[in-house]
Amino acid sequence: MIALLLRDLKLAFRAGGGFGLGLAFFLIVTVLVPFSVGPQSSLLATIAPGVLWLGALLACLLSLDRLLALDWEDGSLDLLATAPLPLESVVTIKALAHWITTGLPLVLAAPVLGVLLNLPGPGFGWLVVSLLIGTPALSVIGTFGAALTVGLKRGGLLLSLLVLPLYVPTLIFGAEVARRGATGMEVQTSLLMLAGITAATVALLPFASAAVLRINLR
Amino acid sequence: MTLTVTDLAIARGGVPVLEGLSFALPPGKALILRGPNGIGKTTLLRTLAGLQPPLSGRIEGAEDRIAYAAHSDGLKPTLTVTENLTFWASVFGTRDIQPALEAFALNELADRHAGNLSAGQKRRLGLARMLVTSRPIWMLDEPTVSLDKTAVAMFADAVRAHLGQGGSALIATHIDLGLDGEVLDVGPNKARPKALDDFDGGFL
Repeated sequence: MIALLLRDLKLAFRAGGGFGLGLAFFLIVTVLVPFSVGPQSSLLATIAPGVLWLGALLACLLSLDRLLALDWEDGSLDLLATAPLPLESVVTIKALAHWITTGLPLVLAAPVLGVLLNLPGPGFGWLVVSLLIGTPALSVIGTFGAALTVGLKRGGLLLSLLVLPLYVPTLIFGAEVARRGATGMEVQTSLLMLAGITAATVALLPFASAAVLRINLR
Repeated sequence: MTLTVTDLAIARGGVPVLEGLSFALPPGKALILRGPNGIGKTTLLRTLAGLQPPLSGRIEGAEDRIAYAAHSDGLKPTLTVTENLTFWASVFGTRDIQPALEAFALNELADRHAGNLSAGQKRRLGLARMLVTSRPIWMLDEPTVSLDKTAVAMFADAVRAHLGQGGSALIATHIDLGLDGEVLDVGPNKARPKALDDFDGGFL
């Protein structure tokens, strides 16, 4: 399992692996927002938590179609399915590798980009906390979507259509934590909902992903 | 432990391709799978490897004992030969990749990226993967595609060594490997092994 994680990380960091793609997208979206909505700092401060969360979510979406498709194309998914590793752990490790290469950089970059959007002071901590708790769910749900569409030609668009509705609860509660944190309101309820969603997806979805992957590999 | 297949029926894309297939593959033996294109040789291997369920019939002695090599080698072009092989070795819980590199003359290519290898060299690397799996039953689907004569001989030697250690192999191929193996001829919706009674005769 460690070997699979290390291989996926190595592949992501090597040339053409796509590491930093999501991060660059996140950066571009956030930098462009002030140009489109205008420079009023009060308006930017109001929309900053939502924009940062939406940017992070779309950036996560960007690299999902390569998550399993590459392994499927070169045949290693078939070989992994016949290896001693259970498919459940394969998809969990794949999701973890996706989070480390995509989600974690977004979490770390978010406070810096918060400055660009004039995010209020108390919001920085809550933004990082909400992203840290929420982005693992995005990777796990995304892996499920990737397992559903693996083997389809140009499955990327279908993947987005399937995954985006499933992202909605995480987006709502994640952005709510950041927004309430930024305005100094109580965040406990939203934070618990967000953590609950993440815990449930991490616990349940790998089984669903492995099941659809078995069917797709037939 | 013998791999026993009884009255197996398999389908590709919902269309039945082979039925009434029975054979036994005891340790130390090879079984060469022959038959026209599209007859279901790959489907049979995939079914035995556990990638798809059979329509009916029983497969015994296959669980967690099969190393499967498909048409594609599952290599990562941005990893080196050593990294590719080490990865599969650790997935299968083995460490030593040196014998596998030597068996397929990959030592000189060890630090090359798999993406820079020729088709035949890639295939050799894909076959070297079988040696690091340490599994007793090899299932090989057209293993000699794009191999030159020397490499085919290397491969035949590797299979012979594997059989000598008590392993077994089921190989779908159209060329003569020089292996002293039983031939399983599969025909349309029918598969009959030649001389199933005389299974132990004349090997190696």
